[in-house]
Amino acid sequence: MATNVAASRLQGTGTNALELDGVGRQFGALAALSGISMRIAAGERRAVLGSNGAGKTTLFNTITGDFNPTSGTIRFFGEDITTLAAHERIRRGLRRTYQISQLFTNLTVLESVYLACRGVSRRRYSLLRPRASDGAMAQAESIVHAVHLDGEKDAMVGTLSHGQQRQLEIALALAGAPRFILFDEPAAGLSPTERRDLIDILNALPKHIGYIIIEHDLDVALRVSEYVSMMHNGRLFKEGTPEEIENDPTVQEIYLGGGHRHG
Amino acid sequence: MTDLTLNPTRNRLQSQNWIEKAGIGHILLALFLLIYPAMASDFFLTQIGGYSLVLGMIALSLMLLAGYGGMVSLAQITVAGAAGYVVAIFGENNSGVYGFGWPWWIYGPLAIMIASMMSALIGWIAVRTEGIYTIMITLAVATACFYFAQQNYALFNGFPGYNGLRAPEFFGVYWRDPVPFYYLCLANAVVAYVAVLYGARSTFGLTLQAIRDNQRRMRAIGFNVTAHKVFAWWLAGLIAGAAGILLVWFNGRISPGTIAVGPSINILVIAIIGGLRHPIGPFLGAVIVVLMQTFAIDLVGAERFNTLIGLVFLVIVFISPDGILGLWERFKPQEGRDNWRSFKKAANKSENQGRNA
Repeated sequence: MATNVAASRLQGTGTNALELDGVGRQFGALAALSGISMRIAAGERRAVLGSNGAGKTTLFNTITGDFNPTSGTIRFFGEDITTLAAHERIRRGLRRTYQISQLFTNLTVLESVYLACRGVSRRRYSLLRPRASDGAMAQAESIVHAVHLDGEKDAMVGTLSHGQQRQLEIALALAGAPRFILFDEPAAGLSPTERRDLIDILNALPKHIGYIIIEHDLDVALRVSEYVSMMHNGRLFKEGTPEEIENDPTVQEIYLGGGHRHG
Repeated sequence: MTDLTLNPTRNRLQSQNWIEKAGIGHILLALFLLIYPAMASDFFLTQIGGYSLVLGMIALSLMLLAGYGGMVSLAQITVAGAAGYVVAIFGENNSGVYGFGWPWWIYGPLAIMIASMMSALIGWIAVRTEGIYTIMITLAVATACFYFAQQNYALFNGFPGYNGLRAPEFFGVYWRDPVPFYYLCLANAVVAYVAVLYGARSTFGLTLQAIRDNQRRMRAIGFNVTAHKVFAWWLAGLIAGAAGILLVWFNGRISPGTIAVGPSINILVIAIIGGLRHPIGPFLGAVIVVLMQTFAIDLVGAERFNTLIGLVFLVIVFISPDGILGLWERFKPQEGRDNWRSFKKAANKSENQGRNA
């Protein structure tokens, strides 16, 4: 699988879900990202690893348009989205989850997922109540099922456990035919059982949906990805298959201490 | 209270009869409001009843923005006033300026349209800000509009404004007579109230509440947050605009004093005293404030009646930050209390016990 991925990464721009060219982001004098270039094929599953402050979440924020990069270009399925509004990127099939759950605490689980389905389809301004026969509602029901939240679908989001909120985060990203998803530490704070659940959910995603996953838990990250990019101090410094990364001495140094030498 | 959600309980509710659907509280309230003219004097019918309903509608437009959208506006009376000035200019007045004498069925919709567009415009400016800054920017807009109306004689006839505005006569009824005016206000208020209550669970209503809860996430699921907020302002403008027409028919005049800072804060006080959790709140608040403004002067004299109103406001906010509705939530018979949807939860208690436990 790794060779297929490597081969597709070298192909023309048309097949790439995401292409970053020299993406940088400055916060005043601080370069949170600099010179990030990566190509991710459609359907590819990539892990981005790195210590805290390496710039992983900033990378996500620039890709999804939470804020724009200060340099470089971002292409999504061949289209330049560098300066596109965040919601426009979402309507093109890009999705994300957040490291700290960003949910609607006063809506129910099903209502939240329904809105996520509605956000990328027509009738967003409808002043009518959604009907049970509504396509978006049917889709929402099936997504709630896919993330194992059937029992909680009418519960208020604010009353869910942390693990359930993390599952809902994923449900919101799965709504409305995504083509590519950015998962920001989906396993943060999950119990071992919930982690296994999460791995099942990720591995059960349709094959055409590619993703990038930021994850500190190497067990999770390496089991759900085909290719790994390592970040440190706002730069990419190593890419390879999970096996290569796992056995790489510099990576081991960063993860097991001594990372400062690469600063 | 008749909270229909998107879930299987919806089917349950559909199989209920209309009494259960509307809720016993609504039915009793409707009966009382319908027979109120039989019990009330002309003064209580118009000065208390009609006026409360009108102010309640303006406060309802604020409740829509603040309660569901998290946007506190001090410009709602300004929007209502815009509709009022349209009535004065295109309808009849005896100030000798404009007064084109158009029929009500033309200037009425025109007034609502202009008011709603103005509301959308204010919203478009205000949605760039959040929290206290929204309050400040809408206060700035309201103040600017007040001074502009006061100093502009070409369009607004300056300080005196317009006098001699008459409610129309049709179907053989003069609609400013106490009983017709009361029922006219009641009909408008009920339409606005039911629309907000129904709309709260509509796709757009859910969208607005989700934006209030988390804008960033709304963008990340494909919503144009700014456009949805502006649309909410436009909808609020429809309600405030309709109320503005009733307000000038009630007063028979409009002047810059109608849209001054005092009245605009009054609307906020009404909404907060009543509570922003449910569309009934603004109407409860309006009744309390109108009663206080009418009778406080008898209790404590002309010099101190505002002090009494202020004290009552302080006491209510101190006891219950959620206004009268918050008090009801606290002291009503025991059922799930975690939020205002507990009315529905009470009905489906057996199903939801696990969640509320």
